[in-house]
Amino acid sequence: MSLIDSISLPRNFRLPRVDGLIQWIVPLGIVVVWQIACVTGFVPTRVLPAPSDVALAGWKLLLSGELIRNIWVSFWRASIGFLIGGSIGFAFGLANGLSQLSAKLTDTTLQMVRNVPHLALIPLVILWFGIDESAKLFLVALGVFFPIYLNTLHGIRTVDPQLIEMGRIYGMSNSELFRRVIFPGALPSIFVGIRFALGIMWLTLIVAETIAASSGLGYMAMQAREFMLIDVVVLSILIYALLGKLADSASRVLERATLSWHPAFQKR
Amino acid sequence: MQTALRTSLPETELASRANFAPTARVVREERQERQGHQVQSSGLPLSIRGLRKSFGDNEVLRGIDLHIPAGQFVAIVGKSGCGKSTLLRLIAGLEKIDAGSVSFGDAVVQPEDIRVMFQEPRLLPWARVLSNVEVGLGRDRSSSDAHARAEKALAEVGLTDKRDQWPSVLSGGQKQRVALARALVSHPRVLAFDEPLGALDALTRISMQRLLERVWRDQGFTAILVTHDVAEAVALADRVLVIDEGRIAHDVMVNVARPRERGSVELAGLEGSILSHLLSADDRI
Repeated sequence: MSLIDSISLPRNFRLPRVDGLIQWIVPLGIVVVWQIACVTGFVPTRVLPAPSDVALAGWKLLLSGELIRNIWVSFWRASIGFLIGGSIGFAFGLANGLSQLSAKLTDTTLQMVRNVPHLALIPLVILWFGIDESAKLFLVALGVFFPIYLNTLHGIRTVDPQLIEMGRIYGMSNSELFRRVIFPGALPSIFVGIRFALGIMWLTLIVAETIAASSGLGYMAMQAREFMLIDVVVLSILIYALLGKLADSASRVLERATLSWHPAFQKR
Repeated sequence: MQTALRTSLPETELASRANFAPTARVVREERQERQGHQVQSSGLPLSIRGLRKSFGDNEVLRGIDLHIPAGQFVAIVGKSGCGKSTLLRLIAGLEKIDAGSVSFGDAVVQPEDIRVMFQEPRLLPWARVLSNVEVGLGRDRSSSDAHARAEKALAEVGLTDKRDQWPSVLSGGQKQRVALARALVSHPRVLAFDEPLGALDALTRISMQRLLERVWRDQGFTAILVTHDVAEAVALADRVLVIDEGRIAHDVMVNVARPRERGSVELAGLEGSILSHLLSADDRI
């Protein structure tokens, strides 16, 4: 107890407003250094356009509506693929965590499939689906499936058996035991899976869109490369970074809301 | 009839417990009557005959015969691995009985009548203190007076002001008091303690011992306390059983008036003689 007190004590002295901004100091610093390097001619704009040029390119694309349309298409693909793959992964994780029979039946197969890099399936997927939406959704869903499956399974398997025994002693039915003990106990691990999956989601989508697509952020970047529009290429890369950060923040907010009991997430 | 039921236990003891009552309705009426008249739930007598239990080749209990009258406070002491915790788990129905029987008189026994408290509080970390206590209501968890009953139990252990806290912010002693409230909330007739104070510091132990004694005297349940602390056993119990090599080696009555004064000559003498039993058992090995 005294150890925890002494750790949390310095946190009380930190100003909350500064706390939110502090994480942006390094990215902003990089942009400033980058701008100076470009303006002074230290870095040729042929290699890397200045941040101001990138912003200008972004503004133009925004006005033409192309930027919003491409972001929207990518966002839609990412979310639908995530939902499909995540739900299937969660369902298998639950089934294999709760039922020995189900685990014996499917786990070996899933582990074999897991060891195939899902991006290696791109040639096959193009042959199957062409370059339409289902190809991208399939790849994203496949990539997202495994982190969610593995972490859901792990979470359920590692719920404190003493708590499960307690639940049984106090007469909980199977569904009540799941609702009150097993699922809340597995939730921290499930969130770890979700955050891994979000990273894989973007990675898969960008690769798929870069190789075979007619819309989306990856397509926008590839198209810009064709016309040597280096500022648009850099812009696309920066948008990936921002979207990735956004997805991670969303999952953190969700985590904080559902895991408020957890000492690691308690408000200080 | 109870004996027959207990000896022919199916795979899971807990599952069979649920079927103890002939019909659920009769039981409910009996309970309502008990609560309606504000009658304190009385303890159940406990009879154990020829109880044996092995884990693999290791015979942990080698024939235990024991009768505990209703409402008695019994402490079970013994060195590590003597089978005292196993005996408690068999009484509470947490393990399958190999041979022999455990029965609770002629009363209709239902799961809510027998409660266990462990060394670890085993609170749900994701449920507030009050919800954790409500878990102890068993099948009455979703009844309309669940909140009120849980709050009453929480008041009994003096933690009303912690009702909306997460368990993680409580101290070790407070967590055990919540666990006690959870065990008490269904007004059990047998309460089994498996070293409930083993992980607490000396001062908290003493105040928890007083709390245990007080709720036992208030509620009149039959108490079975497994402990390695002989001083605790003689301070709390009416009777101390010394278990050695899977058998009851000594059965000592503690005829000391309550409230008992810790460190009194009487208690110290008893403690010394029980300790000498335990130590002599140790020396044989």
